[in-house]
Amino acid sequence: MLAKVQDEAGHGMYLYSAAETLGADRADLTHRLITGTQKYSSIFNYPTLTFADVGVIGWLVDGAAICNQVPLCRSSYGPYARAMIRICKEESFHQRQGFELLMTMMRGTAAQREMVQDATNRWWWPSLMMFGPPDAESPNTEQSMRWRIKRHTNDDLRQRFVDMTVPQAEALGVTLPDPALRWNADRDHYDFGEIDWAEFKRVIAGNGPCNAQRIEARRAAHDGGAWVREAAAAHAAKAAARAEAAA
Amino acid sequence: MTVEPMPVEPRSDWPLFEVFLRSKRGLNHVHVGSLHAADATMALHHARDLYTRRNEGVSIWVVKAADITASSPDEKDPFFAPSGDKVYRHPTFYEIPDSVPHI
Repeated sequence: MLAKVQDEAGHGMYLYSAAETLGADRADLTHRLITGTQKYSSIFNYPTLTFADVGVIGWLVDGAAICNQVPLCRSSYGPYARAMIRICKEESFHQRQGFELLMTMMRGTAAQREMVQDATNRWWWPSLMMFGPPDAESPNTEQSMRWRIKRHTNDDLRQRFVDMTVPQAEALGVTLPDPALRWNADRDHYDFGEIDWAEFKRVIAGNGPCNAQRIEARRAAHDGGAWVREAAAAHAAKAAARAEAAA
Repeated sequence: MTVEPMPVEPRSDWPLFEVFLRSKRGLNHVHVGSLHAADATMALHHARDLYTRRNEGVSIWVVKAADITASSPDEKDPFFAPSGDKVYRHPTFYEIPDSVPHI
């Protein structure tokens, strides 16, 4: 689990590093995040209630991230594409770790199976929302596709994720919480129900279940670490001055 | 979008370092990305944690991004023009009959 946390922190660093190649200032980006003006994935604003969430997040949330990010390895912007290649390799470990954890729980007691089903019920729809608004309402898709920063539309990727995940849910023995979910032989895809876009808009507007708590945790960590950053900078300045005096 | 102004006190931002990794002996160091650190020693430690969590490297170089002198992308064509019209520097420029072996 700590290995996964370290990877996820690393993924943030790779992406900040890519943003900096465009001239973004790292301290400014951090400042925007902790003051609530920087957008981030809607998925982080949902609560993690039980141990089964650890597995379901790996399976569904990391699974959706992989589905989204594999085509981005061919993005036209090199620093972004190269970050994505590293990220995808590492996310694959997360997803398999999560799925194995869930398989183990499904072989356990009825209460454990119930925990897995409950976590699946809570994370399924937020995972589908990770692909962003429907194509008709996605303001950035057209330009991003034209510039080949993005290679597939939100709805295409969402459909791909549903098609990949249904057989995994069957193998696991859980039910995905969507009565409209069924195979459509004409389309060669699974049909699925309408996403609650009002909830999606609420969450990205800052009013999801955990937005305030998540931002507050980032701000507290940043403020709490200030003395470390200052001490390290002071030490580096002193060591540089000493080296100069000795030269 | 309104953004709260950045704090006015002097910022102790760590400088940006570029990271180069040798994946195994016999290969060149290759640029893999960048990171912030207070000094070069810390940059090496951060580079190890950030870019070699799965044995991707046997050697790391870090260099302050500010210390790199780079050619300008805007001048790409004039800058490399001196080599553009010198096809005779390539072996395929020279015609050798097929009957001549090993050349």
